[in-house]
Amino acid sequence: MRVTTTVNGTERTADDVWPGESLLYLLRERLGLPGAKNACEQGECGSCTVYLDGEPVCACLVAAGQATGREVTTVEGLADGTALHPVQEAFVDAGAVQCGFCTPGLVVAAHDLLARVPEPSDPEIREALAGNLCRCTGYEKILDAVRLAARRQAAQ
Amino acid sequence: MDFLQPSSWDDALAARAERHDALPIAGGTDVMVELNFDRRRPAALLDLTRVPELSEWSVAPDGTVRLGAGVSYGRVIAELGDRLPGLAMAARTVGSPQIRVRGTVGGNLGSASPAGDAHPPLLAARAEVEVASAARGTRRVPVAEFFTGVKRNALAPDELIAAVHVPTAAGPQQFCKVGTRNAMVISVSAFALALHPDRRAVGTGIGSAAPTPRRAPDAEEFLAGELDWDRRPALPEGLARAFGERVAAAASPIDDVRGTAAYRRHSLAVLARRAATWAWDDLRRAA
Repeated sequence: MRVTTTVNGTERTADDVWPGESLLYLLRERLGLPGAKNACEQGECGSCTVYLDGEPVCACLVAAGQATGREVTTVEGLADGTALHPVQEAFVDAGAVQCGFCTPGLVVAAHDLLARVPEPSDPEIREALAGNLCRCTGYEKILDAVRLAARRQAAQ
Repeated sequence: MDFLQPSSWDDALAARAERHDALPIAGGTDVMVELNFDRRRPAALLDLTRVPELSEWSVAPDGTVRLGAGVSYGRVIAELGDRLPGLAMAARTVGSPQIRVRGTVGGNLGSASPAGDAHPPLLAARAEVEVASAARGTRRVPVAEFFTGVKRNALAPDELIAAVHVPTAAGPQQFCKVGTRNAMVISVSAFALALHPDRRAVGTGIGSAAPTPRRAPDAEEFLAGELDWDRRPALPEGLARAFGERVAAAASPIDDVRGTAAYRRHSLAVLARRAATWAWDDLRRAA
């Protein structure tokens, strides 16, 4: 089947989509957007987090056809050209990136949190990132990154 | 595989009538896992996310909330925490933000897992499931009769879940769940309690400790009869314990990867004792 959806502001169409296929597969394998990562394929790890109509979702749990006519924003859509988004910059500066596999999902989840709650408390950060697993960092640097991004956002 | 995408409730029922082999999908948090892991290959998917009627909720004159099957856990938390506190507490324990924004109470009922987090509070509140077919119209099934076996429910092949009817809480409600961490956890055991001071009754719901979610009727009757609803003194410790033991006795748990039957029974007794104490304290404070 054919799926047409708006991805990072541009209308994209894919043909021969298998109806049982996930939005994650559509993005990575058909639309050439490998930012969202494929890890658990069961909504447990958050590595594939993208925005669907403005809400953060696990792309692996959305059927591709369900995204028809909807707006998808992936991690590739956060930066402004070559300039990193402040949340991405904070992850780099705080050392919140090790192997990097969980980073795109965490960046989208943190981006969503800071858009809704500009100055989150630590419990709010932990709750917002509870669905994103990282096996390298021990999370402390990730929490630092979110606090840093919030501080910089507030200073602007 | 076909992808059916009705844009109205009538069209959805018509599609269901024609295609008994279609698997309904809403938030996808259960269905997509089965597809991704090759556990299920239905002849068609019936996408219900375009049916506007399913994503609405309303309140009847008698105070009963009609919760459309497609309302997400996130919206239950944000919009219904005051009217349906037990269900909202359970919704807060579901998965992660990404899961709560997609997962629906109707989907939980459709999957009918014994571990479904929405089920215990719906049992405790005496909710009814509204199901419909194009041929026979609408019928309502008490939620306690809706679960017929492990991941089985009372839906006929041509029926869809339209909504669940949940009375607005007349008194305190509690939900507790045991798992290995706070987020992203399938319960090892779960328990919901509702106090109905208006009719001096107690509602219970047990999760993950029997082939289906179930009530503990004997425990309900016992506690309702023993509580001093007029004077409302502190809940005697012995009474809370005896209630917990009766709740545990109503379960028929098994050993599995998440826990042993003995632990499930023990934890249920503890959860029930605590839930009763917390809810009764809430009621005393409200007086």
